Amino acid sequence: MQERDIILHVENLVKHFPITHGVLFQKEVGCVYAVDDLTFDIFKGETFGLVGESGCGKTTTGRTILRLYQPTAGNVLFEGKDIATLKGTELKAARRRMQMIFQDPYSSLDNRMTIEAIISEPMEIHHTHNQQARKNRVKELLAMVGLNQAFASRYPHEFSGGQRQRIGIARALALEPALIICDEPISALDVSIQSQVVNLLIELQRKLGLTYLFIAHDLSMVRHISDRVAVMYLGRIVELASCEELFRSPFHHYTKALLSAVPIPDPETERKRKRIILQGDVPSPINPPTGCRFRTRCINAQEDCSQETPLLHEIMPGHYVACFHI
Amino acid sequence: MMEKILNVKDLEISFQTKDGILHAINGISFDLEHGETLGVVGESGCGKSVTMMSLLRLIPQPPGKLVNGTAIFNGVNLFKISEEEIRKIRGSKISFIFQDPMTSFNPILPIGIQMAEPLMYHKGLSYQDSESQIVEMLSRVGIPNAKDRLKDYPFQFSGGMRQRVMIATALICNPEILIADEPTTALDVTIQAQIVELIKELRDEFSMSIIWITHDLGVIAGLADRIIVMYAGYVIEDAWVDDLYKNPRHPYTKGLLGALPKITEDKQKKLVSIDGMPPVLFSKPQYCPFIDRCSYKIDRCKEANPLLEKIADRHFVACWVSASDERI
Repeated sequence: MQERDIILHVENLVKHFPITHGVLFQKEVGCVYAVDDLTFDIFKGETFGLVGESGCGKTTTGRTILRLYQPTAGNVLFEGKDIATLKGTELKAARRRMQMIFQDPYSSLDNRMTIEAIISEPMEIHHTHNQQARKNRVKELLAMVGLNQAFASRYPHEFSGGQRQRIGIARALALEPALIICDEPISALDVSIQSQVVNLLIELQRKLGLTYLFIAHDLSMVRHISDRVAVMYLGRIVELASCEELFRSPFHHYTKALLSAVPIPDPETERKRKRIILQGDVPSPINPPTGCRFRTRCINAQEDCSQETPLLHEIMPGHYVACFHI
Repeated sequence: MMEKILNVKDLEISFQTKDGILHAINGISFDLEHGETLGVVGESGCGKSVTMMSLLRLIPQPPGKLVNGTAIFNGVNLFKISEEEIRKIRGSKISFIFQDPMTSFNPILPIGIQMAEPLMYHKGLSYQDSESQIVEMLSRVGIPNAKDRLKDYPFQFSGGMRQRVMIATALICNPEILIADEPTTALDVTIQAQIVELIKELRDEFSMSIIWITHDLGVIAGLADRIIVMYAGYVIEDAWVDDLYKNPRHPYTKGLLGALPKITEDKQKKLVSIDGMPPVLFSKPQYCPFIDRCSYKIDRCKEANPLLEKIADRHFVACWVSASDERI
């Protein structure tokens, strides 16, 4: 692959949430190992997909990158600045360049604000536009996401899920960010509306040169939108490759199982298909298995899997896997 | 020809709201055969759940109102029998699995007691007597150490496990029909695959008929024998599963299939999207309800609402265009 500009470089990112006990003298009794030792790059203009089951730390990763959570350790280099250590005005300036689209369009918009107030709030906070310019910008943004400009004075309850998600996208675009973290932006929507929103995201990316970190658990949609994909399991990346590579020849057993669980909308293929069905649930991140975290559900687990943690290594150019036995 | 276990005819349901009368179900008919799995597909608000809940008379009246229709189950009309009699059918002959395993259990009762309820009510067993059956059923659906978990509360189970408990509860009286209302929507793909596999096994073991409500044409492909597609309270297509996926004849079905990215195919450039939103029907439309979102519409679509018509063996479509237009 040719050299490309790196917009976001995440190195050894760790986020642990402490579990405390007691009211007055809070004693730390353990912690949730939400994200452990993540390292990856996101190139300018690409869509980087992050997939995994619920509770695997995808959302925490996204939020820690924005520093909505203070990372426990590690670096997040965004456009050359380390987000993890920035302070005050510098942090505020950096945040202008990265935005988030949330999963649930029903709880991510304030019911008591008009659409105009919602979309112009980021501009107000960052003092980027004066009042008249803000008004114009809101109109421009509404048109950009395919909503009627007359909607500016209405309230969120008047809109359907798909329309609300468009409003969320307009708000994220208000400050002309370079990176947008899409945290399961379509999983709360109906199938026909999902494709509308995904098409809109792709179109905006082409027009505005955006970079997406696309977090999702729906693999077929991730495949459709992403250039490269990382698969997470219990706080770690187990496989990272270009989208085509990963779906054509997955190496990690977890990726294989995840792919085989995706339903295919074709009755004939479905009937013939041999699935790998994972047994049991994801173990608790409070007390993750030693060594390889996937070993408790892996069909190929061997003794050394419990002793040492497999690290991501490059098995083919641009294809990284964390497993001892492939 | 298999024997029909359920026959629903001309079902019409409306709701009294503060904005007027909402026509939720506008005359739908379908039947279910012994051992058959029927998929009911449509967007939120198209009336899938209302239809199925009305069969067990779970729609509160008012605001709901059964305007018209019959539902014949084993020779009796479910809408005409007494409250006492329908209660005997609920949970024993026809049972329900709900979408959200988190909210459909009582959070302050141990699951053992909640599972014993149908046995105590329908079979007249005591809790002690039902225990062995419950344990057996729980192990059957894949709950490890079932005996030790009877005193556990719903929050002590994960989402997938809770859905298994729900399935066990629904099957405990050996129902003839199992209605599953989006049972896997709240679950992860890997857990979804587990649950779908489990239901397939149980279907053959208990030889029951299943009605599976979903908005995802992917999940249902490997499960259903026949599918009905609903839109705005109408059935707009009814076909064998293979016919529906290979040869969808309604523009809406075609759109739904096109909106799904397929993991096996080459990356498409753009997903088909169905623009706009489903209509809210405060009056019964005199035109095709899909007209605003349809890209094939002709003049006739404005003039009359198409009825469900047979176009091939067991393939019914409600569309004026599909018969004449080659593009669909």
